[in-house]
Amino acid sequence: MLNVMHLAQLNIAHLRAPIDSTELAEFVALLEPINAIADEAPGFVWRLKESETDPTATVVHDYGDHLLVNFSVWESLDTLWNYAYRSAHLGVLRRRREWFQRTMEPYMVMWWVPEGYIPSLAEAMARLEYLKAHGPSSEAFTFKDSYGSSEAVSLPAAAEARK
Amino acid sequence: MRIHDLEALALLHDPVRRSLYDAVTAGAGDVGRGEAAEAAGVSRTLAGHHLDKLVEAGLLESGFRQQEKKGPGSGRPAKVYRRARAERSVSLPPRDYAALASVLAGVVDVLGAEEQAEEAARRAGERMAGRHSGQPVERVLGERGYEPYEEGGLLRLRNCPFHALSEEQPLLVCSMNLALCQGLLQGLGDDPARATLDPRPGECCVVLSKTNGD
Repeated sequence: MLNVMHLAQLNIAHLRAPIDSTELAEFVALLEPINAIADEAPGFVWRLKESETDPTATVVHDYGDHLLVNFSVWESLDTLWNYAYRSAHLGVLRRRREWFQRTMEPYMVMWWVPEGYIPSLAEAMARLEYLKAHGPSSEAFTFKDSYGSSEAVSLPAAAEARK
Repeated sequence: MRIHDLEALALLHDPVRRSLYDAVTAGAGDVGRGEAAEAAGVSRTLAGHHLDKLVEAGLLESGFRQQEKKGPGSGRPAKVYRRARAERSVSLPPRDYAALASVLAGVVDVLGAEEQAEEAARRAGERMAGRHSGQPVERVLGERGYEPYEEGGLLRLRNCPFHALSEEQPLLVCSMNLALCQGLLQGLGDDPARATLDPRPGECCVVLSKTNGD
C-alpha cells in the first residue's frame, strides 16, 4: 500500500523590532485573520501554536530573540502554495520588509512527512540548516526547487519517523 | 519553435473548432459537450468529434462529471472539457523572452529591487495606455489576454498573462502586475486605486472595482 505523505514547512523571519513594539503592532493585528485563513484553507493539516486561546501569541523557542517561526503541515505543495500566494496572505507577504529584515540566506524549507506525523521544531530547524548547507534536495527543498512526495518515501528519515 | 505547438495551433484555423475552443475557455469551470455544441451552433456529435481532436492535440483536457439526476439510465457520467494547463506559443522567427524574463526576475530578487521593479511596471502600464487612448480598461485588459469578467460587483481577471513567471516569483510578479494595471488605469485617465490584489487559485491576482459612475 502506498503511504500518504504530507508536506511540512518551516519559515523563519528576523523581526526588525520586538514583537510587542509599536513597529510590529500592525503585523501582530494581522496574525489572527491570516492564521484563520490558513486554518480554513484546503489542504491545511496542522500548525504550531503557542496558545490555543490567544491568537496573537507567537511561538516561544530557543533559537534567538526576534526570530519568528512559522511551522505547519499541509496535504500538498499546491495547497500550501495556494494559501501562501493565492489568498489574502499574499498581501501580508508584500509588506514583509516593514516588519522583517531582508536576508540572503534561505528562510523557508519544506520536506515530506508520513501522514499523521508531526515533526518537532528541532527537526524543522535542522532541515533548514540542511538546506543552507547542502542546497535543495528531496530532504529539504523550496518552492523553486521542489521534490515530489514519491521521492521522499525511500528516505531513511521518513522510515525513521514511521517507526 | 516546437513543431507540435504549430500543429496544435493550426487546428484552431477551423472555425467550428475555434468556436468550440472559445466556448470551453470562456467559462470558469468544466464545459459539457452539449453546452459547447450549443454555443458553437453545431450538433453534439460534430462538437464531440472536434472537441476530442482538441484534446488529442493537447489544447483541451477532458474529464467526467457525474450526472446530477439520479435513477435508472442516468448513471453514465458526462464528458466535460476544460482548457489544458500547458502553454502553447509559436514565434517566427524563434524567440524566447520567457527565459530571459525568468533570469531578470531572479536578479530583482537577489538585489531586493522589488520597489524599483514595481515602479518600472507602473510606468510600462502608463505607456501601454498610450496605444489604447479613449478605450475602457476592460477592453484593454481583454486585448492583453487577462480575460476580464464580472463577479459580485468586481471586474475579475480569469487569466494571468505572466502565469509561468508568477509561479516562479509570485511575490514579485503579482506586485509588478498590480503596479502595471494601476499604471494602465492612470494612463487611461481612470482611477489607479480601482486595481487591488485579491488573489485566488487559478486566476490573475488583480481585481478592479467598478467605477464610481456605475
